Amino acid sequence: MTEVLIKVGLLAAVALNGAIIFTIMDVKGASWMQRRPGPLHVGLRGFIFPVAEILKFVQKEDIIPTEVDRPVFKWAPAYVMVSCVALFSIVPMSPTLVVADLELGIFFALAISSLGTIGVLTAGWSSANKYSLMGGLRAAGQLIAYELPLILAVVGVVIQAETMSLVGIVEKQIEWGVPFVVGGQIIGFLIFMVAATAEMMRVPFDMPIGESELTMGFMTEYSGIRFLIFYISEYMNMFILCAIASTLFLGGYHAPFLPTEWVNFYGPVVLLTKTAILGFILVAVRWSQPRFREDQLQNLAWKILIPVSLINILVTAVMKVGF
Amino acid sequence: MVNALDPQNINSFSEASVSVEIETEDMTLNIGPQHPSTHGVLRLVAKVDGEKVHDVRPVLGYMHRGYEKLAEVRTYPQITTLVNRIDWVAGFSNEIPFITGAERLMEIEVPERAKYIRLILTEMARISSHFVFIGAYALEVGALTPIFYAMEDRERILDLIESVTGGRFHPNFNRIGGVKPAAGAGPTTKKDIQDLPAGFYRDTKVAMQKVIEAANQFQNLIGGNEVFKKRTKNVGVLTVETAEAFGVSGPILRASGVKSDLRTQTDYLPYDQFEYDIPVGENGDCYDRWDVRVKEMVESAKIVLQAIDSMPSGPLQAKVPKVIKVPKGRTYVRAENPKGEMGYYIVSDGGLGPYRLKVRTASFSNISILPNMLEGALLPDLIAIMGSLDFVLGDVDR
Repeated sequence: MTEVLIKVGLLAAVALNGAIIFTIMDVKGASWMQRRPGPLHVGLRGFIFPVAEILKFVQKEDIIPTEVDRPVFKWAPAYVMVSCVALFSIVPMSPTLVVADLELGIFFALAISSLGTIGVLTAGWSSANKYSLMGGLRAAGQLIAYELPLILAVVGVVIQAETMSLVGIVEKQIEWGVPFVVGGQIIGFLIFMVAATAEMMRVPFDMPIGESELTMGFMTEYSGIRFLIFYISEYMNMFILCAIASTLFLGGYHAPFLPTEWVNFYGPVVLLTKTAILGFILVAVRWSQPRFREDQLQNLAWKILIPVSLINILVTAVMKVGF
Repeated sequence: MVNALDPQNINSFSEASVSVEIETEDMTLNIGPQHPSTHGVLRLVAKVDGEKVHDVRPVLGYMHRGYEKLAEVRTYPQITTLVNRIDWVAGFSNEIPFITGAERLMEIEVPERAKYIRLILTEMARISSHFVFIGAYALEVGALTPIFYAMEDRERILDLIESVTGGRFHPNFNRIGGVKPAAGAGPTTKKDIQDLPAGFYRDTKVAMQKVIEAANQFQNLIGGNEVFKKRTKNVGVLTVETAEAFGVSGPILRASGVKSDLRTQTDYLPYDQFEYDIPVGENGDCYDRWDVRVKEMVESAKIVLQAIDSMPSGPLQAKVPKVIKVPKGRTYVRAENPKGEMGYYIVSDGGLGPYRLKVRTASFSNISILPNMLEGALLPDLIAIMGSLDFVLGDVDR
């Protein structure tokens, strides 16, 4: 029991810190792209401002409008956060540094990530606000649509690695000598990243929030700590999906030319570096692209991403069996 | 409609189809007056069916400040302060038609140099207004970065306007019969001839080159973006007939393909002495409206560069009586403002101030087309179309 508690505690701490690092990266990346200094005053050149941000939100009044469906409204942020943290439990930092190396690892991840959809939908529904409702419905439609390409992109990796366990997938990549992104899953990787961006609800797929249309989407009525949970979950989700992507496609904790017996020491660093690189790409996309329209987003998912990922699976399977 | 839930009718439905019509109510959505992308306090009452919008009704008047009435109890020199604040994004260009109208009634010949300075500042106001549009429009379709670039470029123009007039937004620089002595020219004594500040020509040339560069940059950064094209091409198409029927003017009308520009059609400022193009769109969609404005900025910069090179010397102010009384009469002067046609109808009874001042603003006529254009649009398109009209609420409500 104690062991489980320690593990969960560590897990939440790492995920939260990842979220904080990604927040800094996003905000500093934005200011860099927008030719402005960005946050400067908290801590070392503004680099610990998310801590101040969190403290600020914790202090703020948690306003709950009178018309809302109170229990649903109050619980909605929790779903989102739980799904994020649970998702992180299967990401291996090294062959042994993993909370749960499940046999059906990636299957579990994709299943648990759907839990967040419930949180977003209930948040939009219970807020008793028309903008929130539209945001929630948009989010539900988007998350369901992009779950499919996300899963289908992973199927290619699973076929190639012959396992669903994330440690197994990384070991397979070590055995091959090249990460899967080079070894035939480049299309799968691109589809995974696009679908993951949509799952995170980041630009150019941020219609559920779409601040120029829906003010703040499903989060409009939230304030104080509940808003903070949504806010942190967004970055946590980004961090974790990037970590999963680097595990599946970029070789995870493995780095070439380093002695494998020390993997417990350098493994986390290598994984976090790869995650940060992917995260930086997402930051660059976010601050340089406009937002798609809702119907264009659905078209992209159903008419392009899903057929392409099915073809990707077919080709992978043929190559696997044929050669 | 046969009631599908009535047990007696079940048979008639069981065979052919299972389509049972569910009656859904359209949701009434209040967009504004406090909404991130209504440019202030415009309110749209829209019926939405999911994402589809129909029956949009704009509600105006949240910003009505009664300038037309206020003008009746003020003298002519005082009114320039008021008209500055009509379209505050391009404050300077609001003064021109009013001042020109008063001068025409008084039959004052304005010195050439003053006219040139007015023209340069008007074009600068146009450029700065279009910069705001480019940044804000990108923001409305979801791109968060371009507004910072646009604001940075606009700042250069505002600095120049400030160096001449002393004000960034509300210059209040025109006087009847000419322009005010420039702010940067030094202390006021009667013997000094106060003129443009030192280094103005050089700085302006640099700034205008930067404007042309910035316009190219925006063409690549935003105009070349695939997502932006997807969001704006063939969205909110405005036909020439509809546009003319609603009295739409300015870049919006030109984007629909009408080569109509009051700068060439009237003579309120000496535009006939410069060479410039009038950019015209083809389809009249949101992308064209955006594109026309970016191209217009380049043309404005070219006009300013030419005006700097051929600047005449001479006085800044014609001889005017100490107490300005406008003779009895009426006149209507219209001008091409960044947002479209702006006109002042001045009725004078020979007193210190106008008997009646009617302001025709571009934004008011331009947004009258919103219900027509938004019929059947999607909610994200509503924002894209609304943004592409580039209105300012002060210009709508006065």
